[in-house]
Amino acid sequence: MKSCLIVDDSRVVRKVAARIAADLGFDCHEAEDGDQAFSFCQATMPDAIILDWNMPVMSGLEFLEKLRAMENGQHPKVIFCTTENDVAHVQRALHAGANEYVMKPFDSEILHHKFAQIGLL
Amino acid sequence: MKISDFELYRELLLRNSGLSLTAEKSYLLDSRLTPVARKWGYPTLEAMTLALRGLPDTNLLNDVIEAMTMNDTAFFRDMPVFTALQDTLIPHLIKDRGRRRHLRIWSAGCSTGQEAYSIAITLKEIETRLKGWKIEIIGTDISGQAIRKARNASYTQFEVQRGLPVSWLIKYFQERDDIWHLNDGLRDLVTFEQVNLIEPFDELGLFDIIFCRNVLHYFEDKTRQRILDRIGEQLAENGFLVLGAEENLNTLQTDFQPLAGCPGLYGHNTGRYRLDTPKQAASS
Repeated sequence: MKSCLIVDDSRVVRKVAARIAADLGFDCHEAEDGDQAFSFCQATMPDAIILDWNMPVMSGLEFLEKLRAMENGQHPKVIFCTTENDVAHVQRALHAGANEYVMKPFDSEILHHKFAQIGLL
Repeated sequence: MKISDFELYRELLLRNSGLSLTAEKSYLLDSRLTPVARKWGYPTLEAMTLALRGLPDTNLLNDVIEAMTMNDTAFFRDMPVFTALQDTLIPHLIKDRGRRRHLRIWSAGCSTGQEAYSIAITLKEIETRLKGWKIEIIGTDISGQAIRKARNASYTQFEVQRGLPVSWLIKYFQERDDIWHLNDGLRDLVTFEQVNLIEPFDELGLFDIIFCRNVLHYFEDKTRQRILDRIGEQLAENGFLVLGAEENLNTLQTDFQPLAGCPGLYGHNTGRYRLDTPKQAASS
């Protein structure tokens, strides 16, 4: 079973995203910030990561840059999931190695489409 | 949703429309059917499901079927179709129609325009190969409201996140107050007309590619047959018909032959089609 790491400082968002990913057949794990996510990935590299942008301690972007620099860091498919919906943010995310980008608020259909699009399903 | 309830709806859909509901779509049932339950005064979806096990009102049944077959319209629905459009169908037509340099594409049952604009984006992505070509994309739908919205080319943040890769979203759309507007350059590639498929549509002219995806299942066999015959008359010689990936013409007598190279692809029985799919081209 594929694994999905959900990184968001909001517990509500983590729970919602985890339920959707679980429905899509993923074994889900959570992290509150980029730093926790990084520690998690050092131990086990997930197959998918749903990533918030603005978080304390370490932002999503910073985490992503560190992730892609890791050995096997290219493996996880990363979907940013954030309230930031301007072109500049999207471009920065894609440039840093994100596979897709979801603008909050999102629903299960959107995540389903994005997961399918990047080959996670 | 309980498995037994899902099975009920799956049976209902299959029996009434010939469409099969796969388990992965079950997550859609709750959101689609709850409004129907509300409309008919059921306190819960479960209560409505129970009623459907008995002798339900035909109108309730119709509402349920409609809700389940509701056009799951999204951008790039079944991405392989658009990849095939870009890599196989258009290159073939560029060679075949080389002298005319004119392509006409019809999106029949276009709803609010996402399919037609997806075709436009696909073509825009290979515009250097289509330099000097006149491209016409026509979208038609029975609903005037859908056509008006399609012409507007403005979509909510929910709508543009269904099926549209984010890199194309920021490339071809502009956001204003959480509404995403398609760039004029693309909007101008498509014209929309209100058309009812059971009425004459020969004035639309001939097309090189006709998309008629997940529209025909709304009709019963005899009507579907007649519509397909008439669609065949609007399809240019050696033109392509694209149906939904899960649709087929098995129960009908039509003048179409299935073709490889794209999901749901058909051509005239009398046509000569030699398609180079990317795999073939690579090995030759």
